[in-house]
Amino acid sequence: MIVIIDLDLGNLYSIQNMLKKIGFGSIISNKLEDINNASKLILPGIGAFDTGMKNLKKYNLINILENQVIRKKKPILGICLGMQMMLERSEEGIEPGLGWIKGEVIKFKKDKTFRVPHMGWNTVKIKEKVTLTNKMKNGFKFYFVHSYFPKLKQNNYEVMKTFYGCEFTSCFQKKNISGVQFHPEKSHKYGIKLLTNFAQLND
Amino acid sequence: MIRKRIIPTLLLKKDLLVKTINFKNDIYIGDPLNTIKIFNDLEVDELIILDISIDYKKKIEINYDYLRLIASECFMPLSYGGGISNIVDAERIFRLGFEKIIINSHGLLNKNLINELVKKFGSQAIIISIDVKKTIFGKYKIYIHGGQKKINIPLFDWIKEIENIGVGEVFITNIDKEGTWSGFDFELIKQISDILSVPIIAHGGCGSIDDIKKVFDYSNASAAAVGSMFVFQKKEMGVLINFLTTNEVERIFRIIS
Repeated sequence: MIVIIDLDLGNLYSIQNMLKKIGFGSIISNKLEDINNASKLILPGIGAFDTGMKNLKKYNLINILENQVIRKKKPILGICLGMQMMLERSEEGIEPGLGWIKGEVIKFKKDKTFRVPHMGWNTVKIKEKVTLTNKMKNGFKFYFVHSYFPKLKQNNYEVMKTFYGCEFTSCFQKKNISGVQFHPEKSHKYGIKLLTNFAQLND
Repeated sequence: MIRKRIIPTLLLKKDLLVKTINFKNDIYIGDPLNTIKIFNDLEVDELIILDISIDYKKKIEINYDYLRLIASECFMPLSYGGGISNIVDAERIFRLGFEKIIINSHGLLNKNLINELVKKFGSQAIIISIDVKKTIFGKYKIYIHGGQKKINIPLFDWIKEIENIGVGEVFITNIDKEGTWSGFDFELIKQISDILSVPIIAHGGCGSIDDIKKVFDYSNASAAAVGSMFVFQKKEMGVLINFLTTNEVERIFRIIS
């Protein structure tokens, strides 16, 4: 069973809906036993960085997740803010991130052509062939909504990149830890492909 | 490179899909769920759902149960507007699977609400909708409560203010254009999109592919919201849920970029 971690930050049912469509059961929860029993975890999130980190603390999830993800190597997919929280810090707030991935989250520069937030469909370039990008091609489109993007210290974890005024990491994977800046659950058949790849990891 | 968005915009009255002209005279279109399934299959960029049956006194409540059904059919970005007046309403909408909420009257009546929403849910989740009419002197006046009440906040003060609060997008409608197929208010969209650095969604009056092309060509709008053209065959003809073909989309964007 895939557990979609509930941080009171929206967008949970749409992930569950898409998983259901592709034939994978999931539950939305922030309970210790559900997370411990999960086959895989999804850390979603829309909203502000500090709100996300505070809610992780509020539900005592930081240690629980570290135990599952860092020690037990359970596959986890961060989506949007969920991905950003996996880094060390963000320009958006003062709370420290989870720090599983070295790097920080930075803001797009204001620009008349590249308006902030970066909102809409954009294409990806596949940099590394990994299970998550199985049968995916350059030019696949995904839906993005964000004002901040991850800047990794180690580029070898970058799996996809996207251009919006500058090139940024739109998907990373470090062993069992992966994250996407876009919303696969809102990206039609492209998102279905990505979530299918994630759901089939290690199977 | 990101492409500008073309967004079918659907009007609900409870669980019925309708279409208005100048915010009035609504015509029954059909079943919203069926329509949304069709748009899903057509892989539209995004959908905007506005419930126009909820008045500002909230005698009619937000139809959460029905919105849940809508969200479960959508594998594309989804925004909802209509009757959201506080953080609790907003939170419930997000939890159903909507990415963005649209605030109009309640934002103008309670500016602090927008501030709180942006803080809690992030800029990208908050769209401010502004309905305007042009006076005979060529000035724009803002209307709230579904175009029924004129208010005395100057348009350009208001857009500057909401930009400073940090909203994610501005959805701008000229009420006199809405449902008329006569083209967007291109001047209005241009003026606003030249001033603001947040994405602008142009709405009201789209009647042809050329209108979409023109709004992107002439102004800095980031998205075109389209009602009538995607639910009717042609002006004053029957209902036909449709979207642009890939060729039509390419035609629009090849010429601009």
